[in-house]
Amino acid sequence: MGKIVAVTGNEACAEALKQINPDVCAAYPITPATDLMQRFAGFVSDGKIDTEMVLVESEHSAMSACIGAAAAGGRVATATSSQGLALMWEMLYIAAGTRLPIIMPLVNRALSAPLNIHGDHSDGMGARDTGWIQIYSENAQEAYDNTIQAFRIAEHLDIRLPAMVCLDGFIVSHSIERVEYIDDADVKNFVGKFKAVNPLLDLDNPKSYGPLILTDMYHEYKRAQHEVMTKVPGIALEVAAEFEKMTGRKYGLFETYRLEDAEIAIVVMSSAAGTTKDIIDQYRDKGVKAGLLKPRMFRPFPYVEIADALKHLKAIAVLDRADSFGGYGPLFSEITGSVMSMDTKPPMINKIFGLGGRDYLPNQAEQVLDELVKIAETGKVETIKEYLGVRE
Amino acid sequence: MSKKYWETLPQGSVVLEAGNSAKFKTGSWRSMRPKWIEENCIQCMFCWMYCPDMSVKVNAEGKREDFNFDYCKGCGICALECPGKKGNKAIVMEEEGK
Ligand code: SF4
Ligand code: SF4
Repeated sequence: MGKIVAVTGNEACAEALKQINPDVCAAYPITPATDLMQRFAGFVSDGKIDTEMVLVESEHSAMSACIGAAAAGGRVATATSSQGLALMWEMLYIAAGTRLPIIMPLVNRALSAPLNIHGDHSDGMGARDTGWIQIYSENAQEAYDNTIQAFRIAEHLDIRLPAMVCLDGFIVSHSIERVEYIDDADVKNFVGKFKAVNPLLDLDNPKSYGPLILTDMYHEYKRAQHEVMTKVPGIALEVAAEFEKMTGRKYGLFETYRLEDAEIAIVVMSSAAGTTKDIIDQYRDKGVKAGLLKPRMFRPFPYVEIADALKHLKAIAVLDRADSFGGYGPLFSEITGSVMSMDTKPPMINKIFGLGGRDYLPNQAEQVLDELVKIAETGKVETIKEYLGVRE
Repeated sequence: MSKKYWETLPQGSVVLEAGNSAKFKTGSWRSMRPKWIEENCIQCMFCWMYCPDMSVKVNAEGKREDFNFDYCKGCGICALECPGKKGNKAIVMEEEGK
């Protein structure tokens, strides 16, 4: 079943989109997502798939065209990064508020200024409250698998929300890794036929999209939008279980690594989790009970489930590859939200790392674990928020 | 279990009933009211053309009738555009409720 290939994260996502063959794709190039859409556009030009490829003049237009195509009743995908996502900002809210299941790989990249093309999570974190489902991937395999699962989650008749599949710019998007591709027929079968809900092109049943809704009902629409998000984890787990049956690869709302009997743990998303796991192994060999929790689903955020997985710890470090200037890192804020529902409140620290693609090195993970060991012993936190690997 | 009000709203605020803006009677906004003076009317249909709310009624013979006050919001465009007969306007605006 399937085949094993050596591909980049971008290539793997483009392959997933090719296997799914969406009805419409509107996109605008931006580093490091350019190469993903370029490959996909190549599949269209070569006649391998029959997606209507719309080449537009900006990301704002790309998302606008995706919204139009999705409202018309099509299965729609695009991809972007960084400033491109920022330019889509107002349209992101419209896609979610209108409940259009658009799928978008987001190749995470830093935001200007200063101008930087490399990987961090500033773009995705900025879109946290847009109403999109956000799934973060550690490597090319996860980016591929998450892209395929995202269609099932987003298009589920109880959900109908857009979804971003995040992968780290360059670190994952441009590095060649071993990836297991699923057979075309199995992907098609897994994703299934697209079911349009209230399509504009159903001319026998005319309807209007995008009405003005003021003080009398806007509040209720937003309440309903939150409610549908709360249904996403259940559906995502159902989809993951089916996916595991097909591929043997297991997905949850988050991944834990040597966490069950751990005393200290690092919480970190995406590619940095890989490096961290190696260092955890080294510390385990030295007898330090260290573990890891890697959130996969950031929106909706599984507060209670994560609290349950972290509640036995003596100290926790949350590593953020994005910053909130004047605030704690965005992931740290979510984990403090999780801690709210615990009886025990383990001491926590927040490390900002890897901004603008700065390498996350093994010695940074070691530095964090050493600090956690001390905190676990003394129960004392000196500084809550600090920067890792910053020149001093 | 009965559904909460917000659970009954159409998904994504899509309006599923085409043409339901007819139910939205904008006439209640009016503070000024157009008055049609039939003897000055030359049936030029400028008012019909300019009215943004289709509030100038026209009968089967193509003749102008009185306004549809369910929708006329009293903007006064028709009165401004009306040429009337020999300088005498066929539409004048009056204060509503007078
Ligand atoms: S006042 Fe305005 S809305 Fe009323 S009939 Fe004249 S043009 Fe139409
Ligand atoms: S614009 Fe004046 S003259 Fe012309 S049809 Fe209307 S009311 Fe009559």
